[in-house]
Amino acid sequence: MKTGAHRNHPHYWAFVLHRVSGLLLALFLPVHFYVLGLAIEGAATLDGFLDWSSTPLVKLAETALVILLAAHLTGGLRLMALEFLGTRESSKTAVAVATGIAICTGLAFALNGT
Amino acid sequence: MSNTIKVSVWRGAKDGEYQSFDVPRQPSQTVLDVITYIQRHIDPTLSYRFACRVGVCGSCSMTVNGRPRWTCRTHVDKVATDGTLTVAPLRNLEVVKDLACDMTTFFEKMNKAEGKFHPTKTRDDDFAFIKPDDKKRKQAAAGIECIGCGVCYAACDIVDWNKDYLGPAALNRAWTLVNDERDGGNAIRLAAVAGDAGCHACHSQQGCVEHCPKHLSPTHAITGLKRETAKAAIKGLLGGGD
Amino acid sequence: MPGAQIETKLWVWQRLSAAVLGVCVFVHLGMIIYAVQGGLSAAEIITRVSGNFIWFVFYAVFILAVAVHAPIGVRTILNEMTLLSPKATHLVMAVLCLVILVMGFRAVIGLYQAGAGL
Repeated sequence: MKTGAHRNHPHYWAFVLHRVSGLLLALFLPVHFYVLGLAIEGAATLDGFLDWSSTPLVKLAETALVILLAAHLTGGLRLMALEFLGTRESSKTAVAVATGIAICTGLAFALNGT
Repeated sequence: MSNTIKVSVWRGAKDGEYQSFDVPRQPSQTVLDVITYIQRHIDPTLSYRFACRVGVCGSCSMTVNGRPRWTCRTHVDKVATDGTLTVAPLRNLEVVKDLACDMTTFFEKMNKAEGKFHPTKTRDDDFAFIKPDDKKRKQAAAGIECIGCGVCYAACDIVDWNKDYLGPAALNRAWTLVNDERDGGNAIRLAAVAGDAGCHACHSQQGCVEHCPKHLSPTHAITGLKRETAKAAIKGLLGGGD
Repeated sequence: MPGAQIETKLWVWQRLSAAVLGVCVFVHLGMIIYAVQGGLSAAEIITRVSGNFIWFVFYAVFILAVAVHAPIGVRTILNEMTLLSPKATHLVMAVLCLVILVMGFRAVIGLYQAGAGL
């Protein structure tokens, strides 16, 4: 039977994206700080890591991270607008715009790095 | 288009199963018509609720093809596009029998959210003069049409995930009272609606807004409560322990 | 309701840190997209940040805001989606905050002082 049909609307998906992106970013942070901390051991160690990370698979993962960050930011802006500006309309357009901006940011990153 | 609809109806309580019926199709038929037909002509043991059957009372709320709706206001043509229908009781509420649920928790939460009026005047005092364009009055007016049908409660994911969550209807009602100039219960009320079973549990997924048959926005009310409780907390007025 | 005060305060801190992060992330993403042009190297990162007090302050603020924001978010997820007790999720939140502060400042101070190692 059609369970979950009541969840098939933009704001629910926006919530899922916000939660998933937030969780993944929170898990990524210690890794990010660890890598940057390699700079303390000298530039060569960090460069060694950066060389490894210039492979296409890692570049893809990085693009995904950028999209996640942008998505979390734009989703957060949607949420803050709802909570503080008290927008009444379901502002589904806002969800679409926010997602669009996030994807564009990821693309800008991916294109710039190649 | 065939002239019968295949209807799957939930039978039993928490443990139960779907039972299938063939119902003749009629012009302008609503889902309530379908259920009524089954009960009157096929299986008189089917239990369900309705009252006004014209979209004013909210008694006929059920889950139709996975979504909570008023069955008297749901045209079969709109939902049974492939000639089939699935009807179940409202989600998030205990099933009494078949399509009827126990609304006790729903109304208890209205009380828990302090959705009751605390008068500040007596019969000897003058009326409260509140202009129609008063900001708070408009906020209250925007949510006051709630008839407690339970559709938003059934649609809400947080109610599903958190048994203690007060729910959109109770919080919406609380908000109308927060904005009522005549009410004197805000100290208790704000403490009652704050917390992880209160307004802060809402993540603005707006399942309530999506499904409310009266097009109310409990999300709007809940964000209002978030702002008011924040102000109260900053001033140290919330109490409530911890 | 029990915990009303603390839940509300956490909500306020979450939104305040979100506002700060809104600015920080915007700058950070813009900088990344610009910096990634023609590849990324340690020297480039270090040149930008080392000895530069403004970048240091920027990242310090960034880390403080994230150290508030991320743990509160993780706590909510744990409360809603796991069977951990409120006390346990509170502890996880505190630990995560500490981890972010320690690792974050280690990284940013390291980069700020890294000029000498080049």
